[in-house]
Amino acid sequence: MRLTHLFFLLIFLMFSSCKEQKPQLIKIEGQQIQITDSISFNEEIESFIKPFREHIDSDLDSVLAYSPDTYTKDDTELNTAIGNLMVGIMFSEGNPVFRKRTEANIDIVVLNRGGIRAAIPKGSITERTAYKVMPFENKIVVAGLKGDKIYDIVEYLVTRKQAHPILGLKIILDKGYNLIESSINGEQIDKNKTYYVATSDYLYNGGDNMTFFKPNESYENLDYKIRNAMIDYLKKVDTINPKRDDRFIRK
Amino acid sequence: MKRRDFIQQLSAGSALTIGGLGLQSFVQDPKTTKITILHTNDVHSHIDPFDPNDGKNANQGGVARRANLIESIRKENPNTLLLDAGDIFQGTPYFNYYGGELEFKLMSMLKYDLATIGNHDFDNSIEGLYTQLPHAKFEFVSANYDFSNTIMNTHVKPYKVFKRGGIKIGVFGLGVKLQGLVDKSLFKETKYLDPIEISQDMSRILKTEEKCDLIICLSHLGYFYKNTPNKISDLNLAAATKNIDLIIGGHTHTFLEKPTIVKNSNDENMLVNQVGAYGINLGRIDFYFDRDKNKSTNGTSIIVQ
Repeated sequence: MRLTHLFFLLIFLMFSSCKEQKPQLIKIEGQQIQITDSISFNEEIESFIKPFREHIDSDLDSVLAYSPDTYTKDDTELNTAIGNLMVGIMFSEGNPVFRKRTEANIDIVVLNRGGIRAAIPKGSITERTAYKVMPFENKIVVAGLKGDKIYDIVEYLVTRKQAHPILGLKIILDKGYNLIESSINGEQIDKNKTYYVATSDYLYNGGDNMTFFKPNESYENLDYKIRNAMIDYLKKVDTINPKRDDRFIRK
Repeated sequence: MKRRDFIQQLSAGSALTIGGLGLQSFVQDPKTTKITILHTNDVHSHIDPFDPNDGKNANQGGVARRANLIESIRKENPNTLLLDAGDIFQGTPYFNYYGGELEFKLMSMLKYDLATIGNHDFDNSIEGLYTQLPHAKFEFVSANYDFSNTIMNTHVKPYKVFKRGGIKIGVFGLGVKLQGLVDKSLFKETKYLDPIEISQDMSRILKTEEKCDLIICLSHLGYFYKNTPNKISDLNLAAATKNIDLIIGGHTHTFLEKPTIVKNSNDENMLVNQVGAYGINLGRIDFYFDRDKNKSTNGTSIIVQ
């Protein structure tokens, strides 16, 4: 009996002395491994993805409308056909939703030039085109802004000298990019009136330094992605006809 | 000592012997254990490699390639953990079409061990995230999101402890402030708690209560904000805490050339790493543990490349 006890005690002591030797961290090695085409595909994973990819591809590649030309955000100065098309879509698809909720109409649309991520090429327009032009999940939101805030928008657009797409607003500059006149739907901007300005939630939250949307008189998130508005519009039209016009020009 | 404890110690001792750590290993070559941590962040539904015509990242990334890379590393070292620091969702039509099902299923096939939750993982609302949970065979950790008044309650733990090669590894999760980043209608009653306080708690629990040998923070706070340097970020968190060995980050899509060595609040070196986005890179951190006391007195050497 005693011997057994001694035996257990010995084993226990041996073990507890080991246990005290807590693992010590002696070395750390860190690196980033690039996943390039030198690594082969895992066949099991690849065959799992394939049917999903094919389904999406067949969907995205179905033709929604036709484009008579190639349109890019660099085509022209201050306003572009593709930009005008985009804000036009935000208005035509977004306004019915906004009107239903608020019984008011969108007066102005403001988008950012940088938000147009790809050209619309001549020929077939597919859902994939919409994903390329508008890959972000940005939604249409509408802010109620007093007229003095609209002047902030005008000033922003004048100083940036970029083809940030607008609708409802008209801005005329002289040759030296100085403001000659600005108006909303043919009327002078009323400092005390509330205008409904549609934009993306990205810009509403200060994206591209557009800090004029907050504070505001009202805010409505239409829960309507700009890309989905684009797809809905393209399903309705046969051939798109975007035009550059005189909404924001130099003369 | 109570008899019950005594027996437990004994059985644990014999288990160790079976595991190869017998008398001999004490006398002869000391046992070194290598733990490999692999990690991704902000994969954003990038299941396929980038298009060959992509200007910036042509032919890079892709889950099927990542799978083979991970498999070969696991063969080399079975004591490997695979982690993701959030923003699994959103970025390609795969997410728009399948709501994250494919992302979770593929990560399960790649045998991810754990992930934390990024702001974009709320993009189909907290219900959208909850709906996809059955497709994930791995768990989620977040210590500073309080989900108790949401549908996610009980589905996300603050931390998880793994045991690999006799080494206890504690991993806790941290999420970014949702207010102002995600619409309230999407994250609902999810409460954001202070990351520093929570991390101090977590590292204490993992170190003293769970007795972990290695403590990892899986963070979606962002690497560092140059324009608002006081905003909570991985670098600021590292400096304000102790006992964390590695912060794996995300959110800011920071492509670090190599992991960053930083000092914690105890003036000890630790690592912060982030691998950009879209599954273009895989992070790999190897931790070497030694049980030989005499050999371990020189501190820890850190090699980054």
